[in-house]
Amino acid sequence: MEKIAVKVDDLTVAYNYKPVLWDIDLKIPEGVLMAIVGPNGAGKSTLIKAILGILKPIAGSVTIFDKPYKSQRKHVAYVPQKGSVDWDFPTTALDVVMMGTYGSLGWIKRPGIKEKKRALEALEKVGMLSFKNRQISQLSGGQQQRIFLARALVQDASIYFMDEPFQGVDATTEVAIINILKELRKAGKTVVVVHHDLQTVPEYFDWVTFLNVKKIATGPVKDIFNDDNLTKTYGINYKVSIQK
Amino acid sequence: MTDAQFEIQLIASLVAIACAIPGTFLVLRKMAMISDAISHSILPGIVVGFFITQDLNSPLLILLAAMTGVLTVVLVEKIQKTKLVKEDTAIGLVFPALFSIGVILIAKFANDVHLDIDAVLLGELAFTPFDRVFYGDIDLGPKSLWVIGIILSVTLTLLFLFFKELKLSTFDAGLATSLGFSPVILHYGLMSVASITTVGAFDAVGAILVVALMIAPAASAYLLTTNLKKMIGLACFFGVFSAISGYWVAHWLDASIAGSITTMLGVVFLFVYLFAPSKGLIAVLYREKQQRIEVSLITFLLHLKNHSEKRERHVNHLNEHINWEKVRSKTVLTLALKNNMILITDDIVSLTDKGDEFTSKAIEYILTNEDSLIEDMKDDFFLFRG
Ligand SMILES: Nc1ncnc2c1ncn2[C@@H]1O[C@H](COP(=O)(O)OP(=O)(O)OP(=O)(O)O)[C@@H](O)[C@H]1O
Ligand SMILES: [Mg+2]
Repeated sequence: MEKIAVKVDDLTVAYNYKPVLWDIDLKIPEGVLMAIVGPNGAGKSTLIKAILGILKPIAGSVTIFDKPYKSQRKHVAYVPQKGSVDWDFPTTALDVVMMGTYGSLGWIKRPGIKEKKRALEALEKVGMLSFKNRQISQLSGGQQQRIFLARALVQDASIYFMDEPFQGVDATTEVAIINILKELRKAGKTVVVVHHDLQTVPEYFDWVTFLNVKKIATGPVKDIFNDDNLTKTYGINYKVSIQK
Repeated sequence: MTDAQFEIQLIASLVAIACAIPGTFLVLRKMAMISDAISHSILPGIVVGFFITQDLNSPLLILLAAMTGVLTVVLVEKIQKTKLVKEDTAIGLVFPALFSIGVILIAKFANDVHLDIDAVLLGELAFTPFDRVFYGDIDLGPKSLWVIGIILSVTLTLLFLFFKELKLSTFDAGLATSLGFSPVILHYGLMSVASITTVGAFDAVGAILVVALMIAPAASAYLLTTNLKKMIGLACFFGVFSAISGYWVAHWLDASIAGSITTMLGVVFLFVYLFAPSKGLIAVLYREKQQRIEVSLITFLLHLKNHSEKRERHVNHLNEHINWEKVRSKTVLTLALKNNMILITDDIVSLTDKGDEFTSKAIEYILTNEDSLIEDMKDDFFLFRG
C-alpha cells in the first residue's frame, strides 16, 4: 500500500466561531502532484494554514507521515499566497530565499556560507539569480512568485504546500513553475497546490481535491475530475442563491 | 562641556538607541500607534509600582509598569479580534482608559510625592545628573544612566540573538509559524522590550519623547535603505544625532531639552522625506518627470523608425504629428541629440545606429518585460528602474 503523506481527520476550522471548513477528511498519498480547487472563500488557504499549524482548528487532527505536524516541520515547505507579506519590507530577493533555511537552523543560529550557497542554487533554479540583490518591491508579480518558490525549494522538504503559485504570472513563468513542480514529484516529493485555472488541472496535476467549506471529492484526476464534482463545488452557492 | 552636560547627552543618546531598535520593528509591523498607547498606559503601572517601591528607578516598578504596557497590547488585540472596531479605534479605547486611571491615582494618592503628570509626559533630562548611584562613597554616575544602560544591553543582546527570528516573523508570520518560530512569543517579546524601554526612559525623557524616539528615526531610516540591518543602524544614528543636536539647540535657546530633541527628530524626518535618493518626495517627482519625458522620447524615436519619408521627419512637422506642445518636443529633441540617438541635417531628423538599437531594445523590453535586455540602460534612464 502507498504511504500517506498528509492525513486530515474531522478537521473543522473557524474564524471567530464562524466555521469556514467543516469536518474535512483528507488523505494525500505520497508522491502526488495535487490541486486543491474551489471558489473564492472556499477555505483552500485556510485548509493549508490549518495543516501547517498556522491556524488552530476547533476540532480534528492532522498528521504528516503519521506523526503530528510539530515533529515533522522539517519535511514540510510552504509557499503562502503572494499578498500575505509586505513587499516593501527592507530586504532583498536573496535574503527572502535564505529565510527558507531558517527552519533547519533552528533558534538563534544564523545562516552561513552553506545556507547562502543553497539559496543561490534555488534562485538559479527558478531563473532569478540575476535579481538576487534586488529589493523585493522592485520585482514584478511573477518574479515575486518565483522568489517564494525558491524559498520553498531551499527548505528541501518532502511535502510542498503552495497557495496559488500561478497567481498573476505570465505563460512563460507558469510553464517554468509547473516544470519545477513536476520535477519535485519525479524526485518523489508530494506537492499540494491551490489552483484556480480549471482548464489546466488535467494537464498539470495527477490528483485533485474539490473543496467548498466541505470536502466534495478527492482522488486521481482521471477518475474524479468531472462535471458532476465541478457542479457540486462551484454550483452549489449559485443554486442556493437562486432558491433564496 | 561640563560633566553634567556630557552625562545628559550620553543618557539621551543611549535612550535614543534603546528606542530605535524596537522602534524599527514597530514601524515595519505598522504598529507605530501602539508605542503611543504603551507610553501612556504605563502610567497606572508606574503609580502602583511607586506605591509599592517608593522609588521611580526600582527594577520592580519598571517591570510592573512594563506589564501594564503589555496588558495594553493584549487588550487592544482582544478588542480588535471582536471585529467590532479597527485597530486604531481599539488603541484609542484602551490607552485613555488606562492613562486616566493613572491620572486619578496620582491626583488622589500621590499629590505629595515627586510624581506629577508633566514629569511623566515630558520628563526632565536636565535633572538626570543630580540623581546619582553611590557605592559607599564612590560615585557610580547618574541613576538614569544605569537604568537605560542595563535596558539597552538587554535589548542589544536580544537583538543579536534573535535577529533572524524577528526579521522572519515581521516579514512573514505564516512562514515563521510553519517553521516553528512562534510569532506570538516574538511579538510579545518585542512588546515587552518596547514597554520596558518606555518605562525605563520615561523618567529621563518623558513619554512623548519616547514615542518620538521610537518612531521618527525608524521612519526616516525606512526611506533610505532596503536592508534591515542598515535600517536599524541608521535609525540609531538618527536618534543619537537628534538627541545630541537637540540638546545643544535647547542649550542655545534655553528651551526644553525633550522638546528640542523632538523638534530635531521632526527636522531629520522632514529632511529625509524630501531628499531621500529614491523614496524621497523630490526624487519621486523628478523621476516621474523624467519618465514622462522618456516615454515621449521612445514614442518619438519609434515614429522616426517607422517613417522613412522626409515629410514625416521634418523638425517643424514633428510637433503636429506626434501632437506635443512645443516645449516638450524641444526637450525630447535635446535629450535625443544629447544621447547621440538622432541626427538633424537640413531640419530633417534621422535615427543614428545607437538610436535605432535603443528603440528596438526599449520596445522589446516594454513588450516582454525581460529585464536582462535593458540592464545597461538603467543608469541613463529612469524609465527602466522599476
Ligand atoms: N483572518 C480571517 N478572519 C476572518 N475570516 C476569514 C479570515 N481569513 C479568511 N476568512 C474567511 O474564511 C473563508 C475562507 O477563506 P480562505 O482564505 O481560506 O479562502 P480561499 O479558498 O483561499 O479563497 P481565495 O480563492 O480567495 O484565496 C472566507 O469566507 C473568508 O472570508
Ligand atoms: Mg486563498
